[in-house]
Amino acid sequence: MASSEQIGIIDRIAGPVVQASNMLGSKLYDVARIGEEKLVGEIIRLTGDIATVQVYESTEGLTPGEPVYLTHSPLSVELGPGLIRQIFDGIQRPLPVIREKSGDFIARGIEIPGLDHKKIWDFEPSVKVGDKITGGDILGEIPETPTVDFKLIVPPNIKGKLEFIAKRGDYTIDDTSATIVTPSGDKVDLKFYQEWPVRQPRPFHLRLPPSVPLITGQRIFDTFAPIAKGGTGAIPGGFGTGKTVSQHQLAKWSDAKIVVYVGCGERGNEMTDVLREFPKLVDPYTGGPLMDRTVLIANTSNMPVAAREASVYTGITLAEFFRDMGYDVAMMADSTSRWAEAMREISGRLEEMPGEESFPAYLASRIAQYYERAGRVMTLGSIPRESSITVVGAISPPGGDFSEPVTQNTLRIVKVFWALSKDLASRRHFPAIDYLLSYTLYWSALEDHYIENVNSEFPKLRSEALALLQKDKELQDIVALVGPDALPPSEKIILETARMIKEDFLQQNAFHEIDSFCSLEKQYLMLKTILRFYEKASDLYRKGAIVTDIFSHDAVVKIARMKYVDRNEIETSLNELMKEIDGLTPQQFGIEEDK
Amino acid sequence: MTIKETYEAREFKTVTEVSGPLMFVDLKGMGGVSYGEMAEIQTTTGERRRGQVLDVSKDLAIIQCFEGTSGLETKDTICRFLGETMKIGVSREMLGRVFNGRGVPIDGGGDIVPEKILDVNGAPINPSARQYPKEFIETGVSTIDTLLTLVRGQKLPLFSGSGLPHNMLAAQIARQAKVLGTDEEFAVIFSAMGITADEARFFRDDFEETGALDKVVLFLNLADDPAIERLLTPRLALTTAEHLAYELGYHVLVILTDITAYAESLREVAAARSEVPSRRGYPGYMYSDFSTIYERAGRIFDKKGSITQLPILTLPNYDITHPVPDLTGYITEGQVFIDVGLYRKGLYPPINPLPSLSRLMKDTIGKGSTRGDHKYVADQLYALYATGRDLRDLVAVVGDESLTETDKKILEFAISFEQKFINQDYHENRSIFESLDIGWELLSVFDDPYRVLKRIPAEYIDKFHPDKRDKKANFNSVDV
Repeated sequence: MASSEQIGIIDRIAGPVVQASNMLGSKLYDVARIGEEKLVGEIIRLTGDIATVQVYESTEGLTPGEPVYLTHSPLSVELGPGLIRQIFDGIQRPLPVIREKSGDFIARGIEIPGLDHKKIWDFEPSVKVGDKITGGDILGEIPETPTVDFKLIVPPNIKGKLEFIAKRGDYTIDDTSATIVTPSGDKVDLKFYQEWPVRQPRPFHLRLPPSVPLITGQRIFDTFAPIAKGGTGAIPGGFGTGKTVSQHQLAKWSDAKIVVYVGCGERGNEMTDVLREFPKLVDPYTGGPLMDRTVLIANTSNMPVAAREASVYTGITLAEFFRDMGYDVAMMADSTSRWAEAMREISGRLEEMPGEESFPAYLASRIAQYYERAGRVMTLGSIPRESSITVVGAISPPGGDFSEPVTQNTLRIVKVFWALSKDLASRRHFPAIDYLLSYTLYWSALEDHYIENVNSEFPKLRSEALALLQKDKELQDIVALVGPDALPPSEKIILETARMIKEDFLQQNAFHEIDSFCSLEKQYLMLKTILRFYEKASDLYRKGAIVTDIFSHDAVVKIARMKYVDRNEIETSLNELMKEIDGLTPQQFGIEEDK
Repeated sequence: MTIKETYEAREFKTVTEVSGPLMFVDLKGMGGVSYGEMAEIQTTTGERRRGQVLDVSKDLAIIQCFEGTSGLETKDTICRFLGETMKIGVSREMLGRVFNGRGVPIDGGGDIVPEKILDVNGAPINPSARQYPKEFIETGVSTIDTLLTLVRGQKLPLFSGSGLPHNMLAAQIARQAKVLGTDEEFAVIFSAMGITADEARFFRDDFEETGALDKVVLFLNLADDPAIERLLTPRLALTTAEHLAYELGYHVLVILTDITAYAESLREVAAARSEVPSRRGYPGYMYSDFSTIYERAGRIFDKKGSITQLPILTLPNYDITHPVPDLTGYITEGQVFIDVGLYRKGLYPPINPLPSLSRLMKDTIGKGSTRGDHKYVADQLYALYATGRDLRDLVAVVGDESLTETDKKILEFAISFEQKFINQDYHENRSIFESLDIGWELLSVFDDPYRVLKRIPAEYIDKFHPDKRDKKANFNSVDV
């Protein structure tokens, strides 16, 4: 970001918004450096030679008359090796480096590149001189972490013949990796990193329909409302319902190759929690530490509001870069409401005409544009690769009321809705996802995957369980009015089975070593066992057994313990349990068989 | 955040408008005034007041007047810009002193000789410098210690309402709070925003009575003090807290009361600036503004001290969805809900554990910190009390004939839980071990513990259940 000669002048300062004159020639969304401290800002409105700039740092102490430096380049991120395991602020400044420079508190005007330009990387080329190269091609690899190989890709708009490629060896990211001669005869030197403006989606070759689920290891998600790789989902919920724990669980256990986690305007201690916990946790798919596939972006609530607005764009751009390498990426944003509020705050300072709840009128389109950057795609390049970005956004609706604009505008776009319920949370039913209100629109696309990879009965068990839960809801309404005694025994069986599904299947302990992650196979076996017991219970009742006796049987206790059975033992253990259930006879419940 | 002293000391006599808490000054195109700069306003009677620049261009500065605008006029009022942002001089000597809402001593003692002069807005803690809070603070209040554990570096608000004893509870916590097995330096900073003189006196007397006054700093903005000053008071308190915690190694408990009054001042300024209001007229940036207060709680790597916050909110009409508690709940790490229903039953402290939460509890409690059975007892008490309250509602509709024996026991449990566990004396300081054992005593009414106490693993029932535990063993230890 080299400063040019032209210098603007600050006219007015109001909170995070600064107006400057003599700004002719600057473009919308260009970065400007404000004042003598050169605070980072972005131009968000141009009127004649007057530019309105949102500033990513505290503006306190700025004075009208101070200079504004134009950079003539939009807000960009550096894309190269060294992103993984790092924690950035909203405009890709590494927080540990900021700490080295300015201590425990974040000072202003710190200029730090996103990537470490001194670090040495071990590069191995996979192309040779003379090869024809187009945008998106892979030139070589760098083992970035034990589980992720960084792929050096050609920037999208470059095409030509390879004249030079770095040999296997050690390089910094500023070294020349390749020289490409374009058809017009120009020589383009590539480094080991590229820059990309965050507000511009990175191009791909083709969009593919979703067909593979993103396995999350969470029973409520995977069984009842699965999200597809490349899909979009939202988790709205009032405070204390477990949004952040759900997002953390997704970041921990999703079977994505890369996870980008954006803490957008949330608590500082939550990011600390991730930083403290992820390096210790083991990735169930690779066996390495979870941190080895994670990129964190932390713009906590007390950090400048404009950088919060930028943080989701920074996050999705990093996600797109990994997608272009051919990886399945999962991106979590916690919380998109804070992002929307940042837009509202900036919009208010611009004195724009407000829309609903004083959010700007463009809220809906911004939300839509953001979620549209998710998807399963064929990447650019002569050998296209299949890859995806799955985006899950948490929403913090005021008062837990889902009718507010951010929730409503998000639900119009996303295809998976995981509704957090205050009622379930207050009963300590965690994850407090409302199993009846939540939905997925991917089920028909994913059903085949479950049939082929888990079990052909899976869809049947799933709909049976959902039907029981629905019936349970209706019965609970009656119970609330007239008490449980009024129900006939056959309906009590439904109540008891639904309770099993809720307590022994849907409730999942995020902090239990074994229960925190549940494989699809285990989910299938657990559900099968519960429904097998349901069948047996109905049968025993028909033969005269008393319902309370049936549900006092030892098998019920064993069902409750299923979730804590280790994944290696689950198959034998549950098959045994099912055998025990099958073997239950009316005699055991004091009924004489006299047909 | 220094403002360059390239300009003369600047005085303007060109006040063009006074409106609500705001004053508009024509700068005659001379500019040179900085955003966030402090201004001194001199009235025609010679009185001097403080203000801060909220919006500035070359021609116009909008100033928010902390001490009110009454008596200001447009003709002869002098506005002097001071060339610095709002700062406070901080020192260890502030312990035991009383200040007004602007940081001026009002206890008759001398001025403070500052060790450091700090910007009151502070700077955000770098998330990578934060240390995750996990040191248990024993408050001596059963419901809090057992079910809503307070942790060093946490921000845990009291959600209360008019007429409820939140002040008593806050004072009791301040008096009794300690970390098990340590004898470290602690301090209490009390920031009053718009509370009555009576309430302030209550706290002061309480601190005095317990001899804690020389460990307390009081910043008092009372109900009859200027409303806009309230925007300053918590920032002065927290800047002082940061100095004590991170420079001098104190463990600081900051009590902020009443956040609702603070929010109203925020709304007043927003309205005066004709900003587009968000919910219930509060400004859209209230969340961001709150976070610059609440997020100043925490712990930092390699620093000895800590800042724990106990903000108090009076919920209008006990409504938890009101913007003030709602936005607070999204930032703080849980909430302690003071319940008007329990209060009417004559219980003290009337904390309803069901809508309450401590987010940092899970990593704090357990063997080595509190006691091995803590988590399970807490889960079990919570679950049974929740069931008990549900049953109570059911019985109110259909009578208790249809209840099973266990259900009837649970109903009784809910009553004794309220009477014996939640209820305790204002001066009663229960250790965590006592609290857990009271919990066990209540849980021992069930004949078949293994079946009813589903949240407690069998081996913990064997070890801790009053009927089964080893009578000779010592259960008053964090190592059990």
